[in-house]
Amino acid sequence: MIKTIVKKGAYFDSVSLMQIAKKLNSVPGVLDSAVVMATRENKGIIKASGLLTPEIIKAGDSDLAIAVSAATAGALEAAFRTAEELLNKKPAQAASGSDRKAAGLDNAIKMLDGANLAVISVAGRFAGALAADCLEKGLNVMLFSDNVPLETEVALKKAAVKKGLLVMGPDCGTAIINGAPIAFANSVRRGNIGVVAAAGTGLQEVTTLISNDGAGISQAIGTGGRDVKLEVGGLGFIQALRLLASDPSTEVLLMVSKPPHPQVLRKIAAEIKKIKKPVVAVLLGGEIREKLKDNFYQGKTLEEAALKASCLGKGLDLGKARQVIYDATLKCAALARAEAAKKKKSTCLRGLFSGGTFVSEAQLILQEMAGPVWSNAPLDKKWKLKDTLKLSGHAVIDLGEDEFTVGRPHPMIDFTLRNKLIVSEAAKPEVSVLLLDLVLGYGSNLKPLEDIIPSLTAAFASNRELTVVASVTGTEADPQVRSKVVRGLEGAGVLVMASNAGACRLAGEIVRLSSRR
Amino acid sequence: MAAPKLFESELKVINIGLESFRQGLTDAGVQSVQAQFKPPLCADASLFAKTAKYSAKIDAANKKALDRVLAAKPVLVGMGRALDVVPGMKKDLILHAGPPITWDRMCGPMRGGIMAALMYEGLASDPKSAEKLASSGKIKYAPCHEHSAVGPMAGIISASMPVFIVKNEAAGNYAYATQNEGLGKVLRYGAYSTEVITRLKWMETVLYPALKGAIESLGKIDLKTMVAQALHMGDEVHNRNRAGTSLFYRAIAPAVIKTAPDTETAAKVLEFINGNDHFFLNLSMALSKASLDAGRDVKNSSLVVVMARNGTDFGVQLSGTGGRWFTGPAQVPDALYFPGYTKADANPDIGDSAITETNGLGGFAIAAAPAIVQFVGGQAADALNYTLTMYAITIGESNIYKIPYLDFRGTPTGIDVIKAARTGILPFIDTGVAHKEPGVGQVGAGVLSAPPEPFAKAFEYFAKELR
Repeated sequence: MIKTIVKKGAYFDSVSLMQIAKKLNSVPGVLDSAVVMATRENKGIIKASGLLTPEIIKAGDSDLAIAVSAATAGALEAAFRTAEELLNKKPAQAASGSDRKAAGLDNAIKMLDGANLAVISVAGRFAGALAADCLEKGLNVMLFSDNVPLETEVALKKAAVKKGLLVMGPDCGTAIINGAPIAFANSVRRGNIGVVAAAGTGLQEVTTLISNDGAGISQAIGTGGRDVKLEVGGLGFIQALRLLASDPSTEVLLMVSKPPHPQVLRKIAAEIKKIKKPVVAVLLGGEIREKLKDNFYQGKTLEEAALKASCLGKGLDLGKARQVIYDATLKCAALARAEAAKKKKSTCLRGLFSGGTFVSEAQLILQEMAGPVWSNAPLDKKWKLKDTLKLSGHAVIDLGEDEFTVGRPHPMIDFTLRNKLIVSEAAKPEVSVLLLDLVLGYGSNLKPLEDIIPSLTAAFASNRELTVVASVTGTEADPQVRSKVVRGLEGAGVLVMASNAGACRLAGEIVRLSSRR
Repeated sequence: MAAPKLFESELKVINIGLESFRQGLTDAGVQSVQAQFKPPLCADASLFAKTAKYSAKIDAANKKALDRVLAAKPVLVGMGRALDVVPGMKKDLILHAGPPITWDRMCGPMRGGIMAALMYEGLASDPKSAEKLASSGKIKYAPCHEHSAVGPMAGIISASMPVFIVKNEAAGNYAYATQNEGLGKVLRYGAYSTEVITRLKWMETVLYPALKGAIESLGKIDLKTMVAQALHMGDEVHNRNRAGTSLFYRAIAPAVIKTAPDTETAAKVLEFINGNDHFFLNLSMALSKASLDAGRDVKNSSLVVVMARNGTDFGVQLSGTGGRWFTGPAQVPDALYFPGYTKADANPDIGDSAITETNGLGGFAIAAAPAIVQFVGGQAADALNYTLTMYAITIGESNIYKIPYLDFRGTPTGIDVIKAARTGILPFIDTGVAHKEPGVGQVGAGVLSAPPEPFAKAFEYFAKELR
């Protein structure tokens, strides 16, 4: 049975609502639920899940719709009681003297003398106007929100360039500004390496690898993935490069992106030429063939680029970076031989990722070692999975794609979907290698081990030949503490590598070796 | 404006949206403030873009309009009969609170108040004939606001009623309001029994001449300074007028004693004022009206010059859009009810008294009135937050009404309909609550945010008309 309630004029942000929906789903007897603002898009989503009722159809943008499907009337009632409690729950410190909330931007600016950055994560349809207001008031902007129209993004970035301000995003999930982690970001050492990234997980990977290698980050600026497409023309990327070029505490620049549009890449290349400081670039699947300048370096993987930047940052010879990767590859080969020896037949690999950039990097590495790799986010359209949840051959899945995240928290926060896939893929006879990423830091799941270990235990129990390879993106200073997570995973039987590239190499090598049998 | 360099300044973050993002900042020792977000009142982004394009013009117009409001010098200069002094007043005309409304749509308290006025005027002899006359079409109705007047609750003004005359000495305009009847069974809550009419007659024949004589002997009474002082004494002069009434009493008492025909009359008059903590309300409303009318008719100004309710609709007028009303359904306040009453008994919001909020007083100044915080959630911090929130939608701050707790910061003054529409923050009103049946009287007091529709409509009209 299904019950719906519409609350007129009650606004909540979508993430809070998703968290409420998640809790409703855990009420015994509840089959499915949706707690959304009744926008056209959201109505489409709940229609797909069969929860759309005439009451919700009639509701408008500014109305809150709660729909629950449950086995019993008692469960329905319990779910709605829970929903009411959660919706009415006041934040612990609301309105108490020092931690008062500001009503609106103007009040916030008055309350925080010298405010210089606005972090915006409201629904996309409101975010653009809010960002424009912030720029108008002289604030730099990090726009976490997605679903901001393209023309709004262009207008915001043009306005920002004019004012000498920075707009990160839309759909910018991470940044590190003046040492402070913003949104999904890690607690890294401060240092002299400035990062510009049009790839969110890529930014987290390079900043943590640099930090774990003993170097540090001056600034890490996210631009949002759309920035390097033709329409936006790299406005944010180039602005960020300029700011870092003139930032006295940045001595080395590192840029991270999936391959930009060729015209945009030309603009970026021209900008790099003007920069006197050394620049390292990683264009996951792309390359700058032209020799831009003497101190310009490239990396094929996030790891290679991060280590090169780290060497430059520490004033070491680049040969050191090559040495580190070479050593890692040797160790990897030994480990792979031992693992492959356990396998009686050739195996398929399944990569289940929460970080989008890692899916690109995995394909680059794996297709060289193991042949074609299918994906829902393929580098080459030829290998596009027709049905994302029916995997065959070697496959890597980006669980952060829209198809999985609409109405559900991001897989870095909510492991439910991946846990299901870990168990179901491991149970398939043709699969004996799973490849995972765990992204730590602020914003991400705060108790990753607790959430993931049960599914790993079940996976190992169902498949005696199973190898699970993982990378853990994070630092010792992160709230989850990287070494603790690594130990926990290793205790459960997982092979943990220092980087995603390392994990991919190991998984690829195991597949390669076992296919020779 | 040259932006200060982000990387070379201390990072200070305004977080709008997910509150959990502040954790990483706090751990890194970065100061941050959470800004609450509400969706804008208008979904049409092009209208906001248009107002942004015209912002220089609008800002200049708003400054001009607000300057006039702030420069107002409202003083009580005398009293008179409505028919003689209120512009456009006629014998067959009854003025009421809020935006225009026809008899058939009027709420209980307003109908009751009109019936009382018709009996008081001698136009009807009993409630039944009063009701018949009221609905006959022979009696005309108009908002007080369209006659330079204001009235609390039903806001009824009929021809013979005595009114205070408040003059804005800066601009020369006038505003009018009746004498406050006190609590209990009173006309403004729609009561029409004999005792109501008897009291009104006493107010006309005894109270009015005594006060008129006293005011004339004093020459004038400076209301603006009086309100400024009342704010320092715990009033916000809408829902709490104890200090204002006391100050007025101190000013008027010697003159009443001097000018009253006998000591008995003087004593009765002073006892009446002393016994009604809300006596000053009508004066704070007339003062607000006299101030805001000075800000009217400034081209391109988005300043709100009227917020008023008739118990059915909530109406708004802007400086830049002339006499046009923008209305939407009035809501039932979230109130503390007197024993024996519940929200089911309450009439939707009613009265011209929201003119105080429009003038930066009332709910906008509630941080100055800690004694009535039980109406707003029980903690002084709640009252403070309400006032602080209103700065987000106002054009400026009062130059004379100041809040001690905020280090004497001026109250948020001059609602900008553009800011309200953009931020989704609606004016906060603290108010008395009338019983929905005529004649029962006040059933509680509480707070509410103004309804969104009038502000959305006003914004949209204003933006579309911008040239």
